[in-house]
Amino acid sequence: RIHQHCKNEFLTMGKATKTEAPKHPRFYPAEDVKVETKFKVRQNPPKIRASITPGTVLILLAGRFRGKRVICLKALESGLLMVSGPYQINGVPLRRVNPAFVIATSTKVDVSKVKLSKYDDTYFGRDKTTKKEGEEEFFMGDAPKPAVVSDQRKADQKEVDTALMKVVSSTEMLEGYLAALFTLTNHDKPHLMKF
Amino acid sequence: MPEKRSPRLHVDGAILGFKRALRTQNNKISLIKIKGCDSKDGVDFYLGKKVAFITKGTVADKYGNKFRVNWGKVCRAHGANGAVRCKFSRPLPPQAIGGKVRIMLYPSRV
Repeated sequence: RIHQHCKNEFLTMGKATKTEAPKHPRFYPAEDVKVETKFKVRQNPPKIRASITPGTVLILLAGRFRGKRVICLKALESGLLMVSGPYQINGVPLRRVNPAFVIATSTKVDVSKVKLSKYDDTYFGRDKTTKKEGEEEFFMGDAPKPAVVSDQRKADQKEVDTALMKVVSSTEMLEGYLAALFTLTNHDKPHLMKF
Repeated sequence: MPEKRSPRLHVDGAILGFKRALRTQNNKISLIKIKGCDSKDGVDFYLGKKVAFITKGTVADKYGNKFRVNWGKVCRAHGANGAVRCKFSRPLPPQAIGGKVRIMLYPSRV
């Protein structure tokens, strides 16, 4: 058994340079201080596939409105897509939709005339004020609560849809197309379909 | 025209068995035959798609559903004739071999 200092001497025997032992400061903070890394992780804005542009007709694949064909209005900062039926055609309101659960068709509609600047993720975000659980709610259990649509939403829906309907009704067959559900039937092969 | 109630947004698949050699098998990976897909070129569309193995239980969940789902996903092609390897969250039960599975159309890359 070799003692550590003998081992060190033995190891440093052949070395030309003499390395200094690191000097430990007399005082150091009681809590560990996190060392700042040089390279900070930068989150890139979410990328949306090229087939989805504002005005593309999308097929919703999952969720409450599965099978419906809707118009993509814009891409939000979180990467979700803002979508509208229009509501009067197929019952899909102004809504966010995840692009992974959507098929983009080649049908495109001009939505440049629709005012969409005020819609962003915070507009669609859940109400944080209604989270308080009183005793009554606790006893009611986990039953899903009916959604209450605010008047502001209804007004915004109407505003967007009147602008959309102008474009939709001017295009041939588009209204019927948006009203129809997408479904797979016998002998349909989605890997061979051109959407 | 009568309104259709719920659209079919999945493709049916048949469970062929587990990934195996002649005498040993790896039951974590199942082999699935996608209906309508008969060549390796067709499989590219289905890669990454979610697969659902659906069974019926007796106890209803809070929404009244008695159906239970074992979710999996299409991992890669298996062979040249359109079969596919899938990995489920729980390995499929062996009595399911020959049974049905639903290959959903999401996550969509179209």
